[in-house]
Amino acid sequence: MKGKYAFWSILMLLFILLLAACSGDGGADPSASEEGNEAGNEEGTSEQKGSNAAGDQVLVYARGGDSVSLDFASISDGESSRVTKNIFESLLDYDKESFEVVPGLSHDWEVSDDGLSYTFFLEEDVTFHDGTPFNAEAVKINFERWADPKHKYAFTDQGYAYPLYGTMFGGYKGDDTHNIKEINVINDYEIEFVLKAPQGPFLQNMAMHYFAMTSPAALEKYGPDIGENPVGTGPFKFVSWSKNDQIILEKFADYRKEGLPKLDQVIFEVIPENSARLIALRSGEVDIIDGINPDDAAGIESEEGLELYVRGENNVGFLGMNVEKEPLNDKLVRQAINYAVDTEAIVEALYADYATTAINLIPPNYFGYNEEIKAYGHDVERAQELLAEAGYDNGFELDLWVMPVSRPYMPDPETVAEIVQSNLEEVGITTNIVREEWAPYLEKTGKGEHELYLLGWSGSNGDPDYFFDSLLHGDSIGGENRSFYKNNEVDELIDQAGAEIDQGQRAELYKQVQAILHEEAPGVNIVHSTPLAAAKSEVKNFIPHPSTSDPLEEVEIATE
Amino acid sequence: MTAYIIRRLLHLIPVLIGMTLITFSIVHLIPGNPAQTILGEAATQEAVKNLEESMGLNEPYIKQYGIYVTDLLKGDLGTSLRTKAAITKEIWPHIAATFELTFFAMLFAIFIGVNAGIISAWKQNSWFDFLAMLFALVGVSIPVFWLALMEQWVFAQELGWFPAYGRENSRDPIAAITQFYVLDALIHLDFPRVFTILKHLLLPSIALGTIPMAIIARMTRSSMLEVMQSDYIRTVRAKGGGQFLVIYKHALKNATIPVLTVIGLQTGVLLGGAILTETIFSWPGIGRYVFEAINYRDYPVIQSGILVIAFLFVMINLIVDILYTYIDPRIKY
Repeated sequence: MKGKYAFWSILMLLFILLLAACSGDGGADPSASEEGNEAGNEEGTSEQKGSNAAGDQVLVYARGGDSVSLDFASISDGESSRVTKNIFESLLDYDKESFEVVPGLSHDWEVSDDGLSYTFFLEEDVTFHDGTPFNAEAVKINFERWADPKHKYAFTDQGYAYPLYGTMFGGYKGDDTHNIKEINVINDYEIEFVLKAPQGPFLQNMAMHYFAMTSPAALEKYGPDIGENPVGTGPFKFVSWSKNDQIILEKFADYRKEGLPKLDQVIFEVIPENSARLIALRSGEVDIIDGINPDDAAGIESEEGLELYVRGENNVGFLGMNVEKEPLNDKLVRQAINYAVDTEAIVEALYADYATTAINLIPPNYFGYNEEIKAYGHDVERAQELLAEAGYDNGFELDLWVMPVSRPYMPDPETVAEIVQSNLEEVGITTNIVREEWAPYLEKTGKGEHELYLLGWSGSNGDPDYFFDSLLHGDSIGGENRSFYKNNEVDELIDQAGAEIDQGQRAELYKQVQAILHEEAPGVNIVHSTPLAAAKSEVKNFIPHPSTSDPLEEVEIATE
Repeated sequence: MTAYIIRRLLHLIPVLIGMTLITFSIVHLIPGNPAQTILGEAATQEAVKNLEESMGLNEPYIKQYGIYVTDLLKGDLGTSLRTKAAITKEIWPHIAATFELTFFAMLFAIFIGVNAGIISAWKQNSWFDFLAMLFALVGVSIPVFWLALMEQWVFAQELGWFPAYGRENSRDPIAAITQFYVLDALIHLDFPRVFTILKHLLLPSIALGTIPMAIIARMTRSSMLEVMQSDYIRTVRAKGGGQFLVIYKHALKNATIPVLTVIGLQTGVLLGGAILTETIFSWPGIGRYVFEAINYRDYPVIQSGILVIAFLFVMINLIVDILYTYIDPRIKY
């Protein structure tokens, strides 16, 4: 009978509800006991299901978005390299906490006096996860794959492209500006890179994770599916990937570094909501989370069993100006806006102390940072004087474009826009806030449809070149130079610094660049933020890297 | 009935063609250059141009549409521009995830909704009726994201009864066969896992099912009230049929038709509109899959995602229509 059927169904449902509700504090819940068990045996063990034996070192790392592809060189997003960082290795690497270049797959390197030839001495007895040996030939194949769009492993027909290779090494094979002239295999463990012109940040670039080594055998085997089948030499090998959900890596037993990695398994989880991620950490479902609202930081810090981690400064959030548009083509007006915008108030209001007010474009911990430059500061009178001097006593109107997404350098762009708006109002500049979707935002600002705009930039190789050349070099107009700023003197200094291999000389050149930019004021530098991560106290040796790609080889889980 | 079903299936053909046309055109109205988006902010103009060419974005629309439909007929949904992976392969786990969630959300909505509606109609103007309809009113007006966040806060963070995210215990992932995790766990005869999965399902199902539950409750109530006043019910009563029999056997069946319509429509709505719930509970469903694709202008994924959702919607309507004729033989088409 129908009635009975419905009745029993309700009863069943209530029963399930009740069971679920009761199990949390009891010991009978298998998922809770598994979690407790693997997180460090706090609760003792009960029935253990599945593949993980007791005592396993399994780390769950939760982040806000999924990886795009696990073929690192063909993408440029942080969520992808965060995973691939642990699967692949480059010839050079960065130090644990900074962008200082340290050995990677090559233990040593030599630079010729003219700065045109770099010889790398490779680690011997290294194998890829698929068992094939790593050698100079493999390095050559990887670089040729990125450099030559017609290479059989370039997969350009399948939509693969290697934008960062083009950016960092001046273009692709056949381009006049392509700076890598030839790659010579000297023997199995020695390889020489010959450049067309000296390149200051060359070693810095070589250490970028995007230029890490894939097994040539895997490129042959998987073809364009390589993006889902990564095979490297790193501490962890790839197991599986369910999209928008989790990526599982496991310990690579033959890893070249003795005794590493310490974890048996790393699971990268996607938890889009910041609040849910924090709840998952608190309830022990995950071990490390990234992307924390600055406002939640104080709570995490004071909470027993949790640890707050602060990444090094490696970005800038700014108010850019399209200097081709009137009246922003007037230096006095740009300086006036710099005086008018209260950057300190913005940083204080929105970053809960996890940021510093920016003075220059590059973060203060970068080499070549010009400490002699003093901030404009918030000075309404000076701003009004300058505007009057420029002939704008009666004020004017500007469009202010607000980015629609939050980024580590600007978690709340809307509020930044509102503060900027009221600051400018004080000096007689009316701003109309313009909102666009993210992709058209980038596209239209790239074409110069805007006047004022909010945006930022994160460093990826720790070199000032990556900031100045990308954002304010005349040649980058139409690309990242959305300020349409072109100054021959600045361009020349950036070019010189890029071609110089003496780091001291380079620093001097960048200091000059900053002095000019300060005077010319093509934008208002607002903030360098220090993005936050958190972990359970049981997680040891976790050192978040300023690049946001955290090496996990030394991380282990231990109870105190 | 077979003839009816065949006729109904034939009707689907123009609908499906229309759908492909619409999804195809919508995508071309969205501003933004996909090649630029894929290559990222730092790409050179030349790289963008090359990619545009290799993706066929420079071809005329008609030709692009032709290629699109031909591939569809071959069961090829294309390749994601962003991940370079085959969409057919990528999309299935997402569909399964959303299906599972929708199924349990509707289970919750139907059981609570139908029964609350029946009891309300039965005990019209009682305190139960009053309270149930008040809840129903609150239920339809409550923002889904708010409910989801509250559930998460209370039951995951404060009480710790239910997990805050995902479909499964992430430390011990299931070896998926069908991608319907409850089913997979049953196939593995792994009952503790079934239990874990149900625990993960509960909070998002309630969040997602609350609005349809409220709508179904109200619909059932009014439909039941109408039927209860009809002559044949008076006859059953006069013959001395018990309350339970009258309501569940005689009245419910005839009151079901409008309720079924609502259930069908709501299921379709949930399939496409679960993005908020999926995001808050980190549910890797089709809603999030499409949403992310929209963010990155991943044209083929947007097209396929919308098409798949629309297709499922149409299929659900088909099933509802067929059920009508089954429940009420008077309905002829």
